[in-house]
Amino acid sequence: MAATIYLNVAVSGVLTGLVYGLMALGLSVIFGVVRVVNFAHGEMMTIAMYLAIVLFAGFGLDPLVMLVPIAGVLFALGYVMQAGLINPFINRPEHSQFILLVAVALIIVNVLLIVFGPDARNVQTSYSFDSFLVGPLIVDATKVYAGAASLLVAGALFVFFRFASIGKAIRACADNYTGALVVGLDVKRLYALTFGIGAACVGAAGAMLVLLFDVTPALGPALTLLAFIIVITGGLGSMPGALIGGVLIGLTEAMAGLLFTPSAKSMFSFGLLVLVLLFRPQGILGKRLSW
Amino acid sequence: MVKGLFEGVPRRGLALLALLLAALLAAPWLANDYLLTVLIIILYFAYTGQAWNVMMGFAGQLSLGHALYVGLGAYATAALYVHFGIGPWLGLPAAIAIAVAAGAVIGFLAFRFGVGGVYFAILTIAFAEFARIGFDHFRWVGGSSGFFLPVANYTRNDLWNLRGNPTMFYYVMLALTVAAFVLCRVLLRSRVGYYWQAIREDETAARSLGIDTFRYKMYAVVISAGMTAVAGVFFAFYYNNLFPEQVFHISRSIELILGPIIGGIGTLFGPIIGAFLLTGMSELMQELLALLGLDAPGAKQVFYGVCLLVVVLALPDGIWPWLARKLGVTERRS
Amino acid sequence: MTALLAIEAVSKRFRGLVAVDKVSFRVDEGAIFAVIGPNGAGKTTLFNVIAGMFAPDEGAIAFAGERIDGLKPDEICRRGIGRTFQLVRPFPALSVEDNVVVGALLHRHDPAAARLRAHEVLRRLDLFGKRHQAASALTLPDRKRLEVARALATDPKLLLLDEVMAGLRPAETDRMVSILTALNRETGLTILLIEHVMRAVMALAARVLVLHHGAAIAEGSPAAVVREPAVVQSYLGAEAVD
Repeated sequence: MAATIYLNVAVSGVLTGLVYGLMALGLSVIFGVVRVVNFAHGEMMTIAMYLAIVLFAGFGLDPLVMLVPIAGVLFALGYVMQAGLINPFINRPEHSQFILLVAVALIIVNVLLIVFGPDARNVQTSYSFDSFLVGPLIVDATKVYAGAASLLVAGALFVFFRFASIGKAIRACADNYTGALVVGLDVKRLYALTFGIGAACVGAAGAMLVLLFDVTPALGPALTLLAFIIVITGGLGSMPGALIGGVLIGLTEAMAGLLFTPSAKSMFSFGLLVLVLLFRPQGILGKRLSW
Repeated sequence: MVKGLFEGVPRRGLALLALLLAALLAAPWLANDYLLTVLIIILYFAYTGQAWNVMMGFAGQLSLGHALYVGLGAYATAALYVHFGIGPWLGLPAAIAIAVAAGAVIGFLAFRFGVGGVYFAILTIAFAEFARIGFDHFRWVGGSSGFFLPVANYTRNDLWNLRGNPTMFYYVMLALTVAAFVLCRVLLRSRVGYYWQAIREDETAARSLGIDTFRYKMYAVVISAGMTAVAGVFFAFYYNNLFPEQVFHISRSIELILGPIIGGIGTLFGPIIGAFLLTGMSELMQELLALLGLDAPGAKQVFYGVCLLVVVLALPDGIWPWLARKLGVTERRS
Repeated sequence: MTALLAIEAVSKRFRGLVAVDKVSFRVDEGAIFAVIGPNGAGKTTLFNVIAGMFAPDEGAIAFAGERIDGLKPDEICRRGIGRTFQLVRPFPALSVEDNVVVGALLHRHDPAAARLRAHEVLRRLDLFGKRHQAASALTLPDRKRLEVARALATDPKLLLLDEVMAGLRPAETDRMVSILTALNRETGLTILLIEHVMRAVMALAARVLVLHHGAAIAEGSPAAVVREPAVVQSYLGAEAVD
């Protein structure tokens, strides 16, 4: 009997973890190519989540259906941010860029606070309480859909970077900035595209996450931190690493929540982060950008 | 030594400094209660900004978890006072020792394992978060329900136990800020200060000149931590309540770095100017909003974010270097 | 003449690439010794091994009779070896003076005393007039001299100069050569330099080592080495030989 509880929680954790993984994927892509540590990552995700809520509450549009448009909006936001704010900063010291994004994060969180207030919001769809029965397992439908969608998006991204010419151009920039310039690639535009893609990942992930969790403005920083933990654990710059890291963290959090108190689960994640930073800073899947 | 303190500072600069000090000393007589509390907050941020500046501006190590040291200092002395009746001045060494130990652990782990730059910043965030969640479960100091210092009606100021009216707290904070300023000036002009700057500018080149960079980075972290803990002591006895959710929260860490970044990292006056500008303007803005009948929780933070953005984009060295040039009192920027 | 620096069969590999291949030589106290060779010959790697950036995979390095292989860069400097970098690394936000003070502080803990020493060194390197300028504002030749001044301020017994003439015009090269010659003559400072600029090598070095693909292919006086067939073939070309 107890085993099935663990199994249920584990499966739930893995599925949630896939969504986290997609979010972290965005961060990894941004860092891998543009070499910017997007401290506003989680905050951007909350924008997507609130957007999903507004669309649902106002027009009855299901977040999963609105996945692509929401991702599109975030893409535009990311593109503009890179083109307008960050591109001029490419040659500035690392901490300058970081602080720039800290400022953006601060603004986003508090604007959301002013607009939406501090109360938790969520989306209740017609299938919010459905579940699938697979043998002894009872799995939430929302989690299954979210997990599947995450895999689809990640897969699409993989195909894009492998086979599309723009995708290959972006990889060239990541490998060799000067070389890319020399062969005539418009690196700044490609950077903006990449940031847009990373933001789109976050947009998609946000549209899914709103089905699973409540959103408050304060969720932004927590998600940013989580994204960092995942990406560092999985390997900064590694796409598969981000997904694996996400699943790992989703699993750890779920199990820790079950075995200990819910609040302790973050401590595990942080403990993991510290260990990884110290002993294997390149993460599980190594530091070279792997596609 | 005292003469050395003022060496290289232009006459005009000394005059302005004297003027500022005189104004600050006279403030309690000239200001109303509200203004006095604002000034206390300004001085608090000037102090913590100065302490953070030692690590970042001097030694180039970005810490985004400095609230950890404030919290440790606060809880240490609060616990000693509430549970054992030990006054804050006696508890101070314990507070500093605990913060220094924490800083030493973080520094050691980071520097021994080559964790630098952005990774180091993330490590500091992780430790602060760890403390935030940990202290939530720490029953002996109240846990998540909070820890409270007894506040009775005191007829007179008790400096020993830091119980008293705002004026007393104001002068304590002013003394701390002046002391921090003097300490930083002394450190900057010493061998340690030169070595820190060398490490900040180019760690590899610094090593080639015989500098044991590990040791000096540790000094920076530990001194910064110890200084910040003192602010924690003040925090505990001024506000009389401590909640892990607030004290260790990442917003506190970010708040205290805003002043030095906007004012000018690595300068002596940067943190002070930054604190004045930031707190002063945000209070003005809140007054304005109240007058207009608008209530926007979070408006202050948006304002901070915008200021940070503007400064990082337009005046990356901070406001003080620009202002100093205009006033003709450039300090030799570290 | 005693050997100040003794390199014994030192090798350094980077994942299968042999950068330095069993190189041995000795540098006498008070001498000026040059290491030359084509790009990729392993010269800078050799320097980096001596200066403590990497430990050698094989061999031993002795300085003033004591083993120094495996020591860290700051320890190496404290033992008395100063170095410059091929791509200069000044402390950009600090003034020229402060840059050198950082070096001088190694042996003079009092900043005032360090500053006096810094002034001495700056005068010798013709930088005294520019001492209050920010290092980032200097031209390349000045930066090269600053790099040397800073290392000199640590009172080294041996100075490692990595392509300190690179990018300098002939007049500036001659200036640097005369500074280094004076330094060697007046203070007995031992100098080990990597150089491509043959004009400087011929003028400065009493002894030259030629590296090719990480291995030593010739050693001797400049005049002799420059005529060796192996050296001519791999590096200099027939026209270089007068």
